[in-house]
Amino acid sequence: MTRELWKGNEAIAEAAVRAGLEAYFGYPITPQTEVLEYLSRRMPELGRTFLQAESELGAINMVYGAACAGVRVMSTSSSPGVSLMMEGLSYIAGTEIPAVLVNVMRGGPGLGNIAPSQADYSHAVHGGGHGDYFPIVLAPASVQEAIDLTVLSFDLAEKYRSICMIILDGSIGQMMEPIQMPEMKPIQRKDWEWATNGKMGKRERRILTSIYLDPYAEEVTNLRLLERWKHIQQDEVRYKEYFLDDAEFVVIGFGTAGRVALSAVRAARAQGIKVGLLRPVTVSPFPHKVIDELVQRVQGLLVVEMNTGQMLEDVRLSVKGRVPVEFYGRLGGVVPFPDEVLSEIQRVASSRLSLEVNPREEWFERMMAH
Amino acid sequence: MVTTAPNNLVYERPEGFTDTPTHYCPGCTHGVAHRLVAEVLEEMGVLDKTIGVAPVGCAVFAYNYFETDFVEAPHGRAPAMATGIKRVMPERVVFTYQGDGDLASIGMGEIVHAAARGENITVIFINNANYGMTGGQMAPTTLPGMKTTSSPNGRDVETQGYPIRVSEMLSTLDGAGYVVRRSLHDPKNIRLAKKAIRIAFETQIRGLGFSLVELLSTCPVNWNMKPVDALKFVEEKMVPYFPLGDYKLSAGAAQIKI
Repeated sequence: MTRELWKGNEAIAEAAVRAGLEAYFGYPITPQTEVLEYLSRRMPELGRTFLQAESELGAINMVYGAACAGVRVMSTSSSPGVSLMMEGLSYIAGTEIPAVLVNVMRGGPGLGNIAPSQADYSHAVHGGGHGDYFPIVLAPASVQEAIDLTVLSFDLAEKYRSICMIILDGSIGQMMEPIQMPEMKPIQRKDWEWATNGKMGKRERRILTSIYLDPYAEEVTNLRLLERWKHIQQDEVRYKEYFLDDAEFVVIGFGTAGRVALSAVRAARAQGIKVGLLRPVTVSPFPHKVIDELVQRVQGLLVVEMNTGQMLEDVRLSVKGRVPVEFYGRLGGVVPFPDEVLSEIQRVASSRLSLEVNPREEWFERMMAH
Repeated sequence: MVTTAPNNLVYERPEGFTDTPTHYCPGCTHGVAHRLVAEVLEEMGVLDKTIGVAPVGCAVFAYNYFETDFVEAPHGRAPAMATGIKRVMPERVVFTYQGDGDLASIGMGEIVHAAARGENITVIFINNANYGMTGGQMAPTTLPGMKTTSSPNGRDVETQGYPIRVSEMLSTLDGAGYVVRRSLHDPKNIRLAKKAIRIAFETQIRGLGFSLVELLSTCPVNWNMKPVDALKFVEEKMVPYFPLGDYKLSAGAAQIKI
């Protein structure tokens, strides 16, 4: 198959179309808008639903309605817009129906800026909306991976009747790379056993709701969501590993930070430093098990993120204080250069690491000293 | 269950209703509004292909009472959810049932844009001048001077603003095919309300755009009134502020004969 040059946002849009996207509802926001623009042309030519909503609130609730009808449906947005969508996301989670949401992340909080960021990690991974629920969250590091994960996201959402979010740094949405598109799949509308698509003389009426006024019934629902989550944790963890076989030190980073770190790891290897890279692809479920295994054979970890260490907390949960963890982060839409990460790898590999220090505080002091 | 000889039977549960007692307070007109919708859907023969969207508010459990598929929306978002459903299943009948807090306050953005887009959905809008479910707070439709639990000295328009006349406002939008206000305070008006609900659903089925029936309703418990006094309040206080009438009757909707 030939490789074509595609921009990340448009590639995600076309990948969703080929995965059988039947309806798209969105709202313009940089750096995500090309998804909306692309689908405004592409969906109508295929006779599918495209609608520009009045707001992100409108968009996510249109997604909610179409998801209740049982069709493959998606929205995309960027950080401030995703904040607005969190209400609908919580309802979708509570109603246990599948939906896909892409967040092309930008710097924040507040209006922030439109530069690439990973500051919505906690917002995505640890809920965001109210109530007890567990979203599946995928984090691509290239345009090709964004395409592949977009296709996967619909299958995961439907398999687990769950939200599947894709969080990508704005840079991946905006950059062009050579990719291969998947084959076009025909729309196959499934007659799900839960969908509110009209009785049509075939069945009893159905209700889809997230309300459980009886606390015991809500508790049963919370437990059902948790049980489903345990299956997801068991079966759906995905990650990429590089040079881990003989690694004494391991860098952990997702998305663009992981990709930049790979360049740094290669450079460090060329200097004889035995360092490897673990790049979580599912940041939720988080690859706790693989980190647990790594901890038993490495001397230290370096977490690299484009935020103040949000994934760092999850890494430390896996590590449980058994090996030193160090942190390097750039913030506010600043993307680290490979040289910066290489310096960090050199520092970590050559210093006496301590189990006692708080990696975020140590990093903060180094940042402020600059 | 009491059985009645068929020749004496003048009134029975419409097929559009499930066999479930409602949770509404005594004297509240939600039950009347529900019944009208159920009768209309039955008479049109569309129960099988109808999907309702319940609001947040007193009608949050509306899905328990209708013999149709139902979903339950976040507060104010019913028109957006209905849009999502209708757009992927245009041959289905989709309606929302919303109160004044839900539709005219938190959901104002969703309702205005659904109307502006001319979404082929039907909205049943219950205007009872307060937030019923949460215990009678001031709503966008609370009359000037009217006492509620959050306007204890009466709504002061200087600080709390003026009531919103939803039907008049939405009627300015080109996407609206049929927008009318009716009242449920006496049998004559109830019959007129039913006719309007029928025309609204016919508007949807014929693809003539957005349709909304605003129903002036009672809330005797939160108004601290006996049910009969509450009906009088609607007639004497609410109708003058919210005049009954057809605010948008598109050329297509005007052709509908019931």
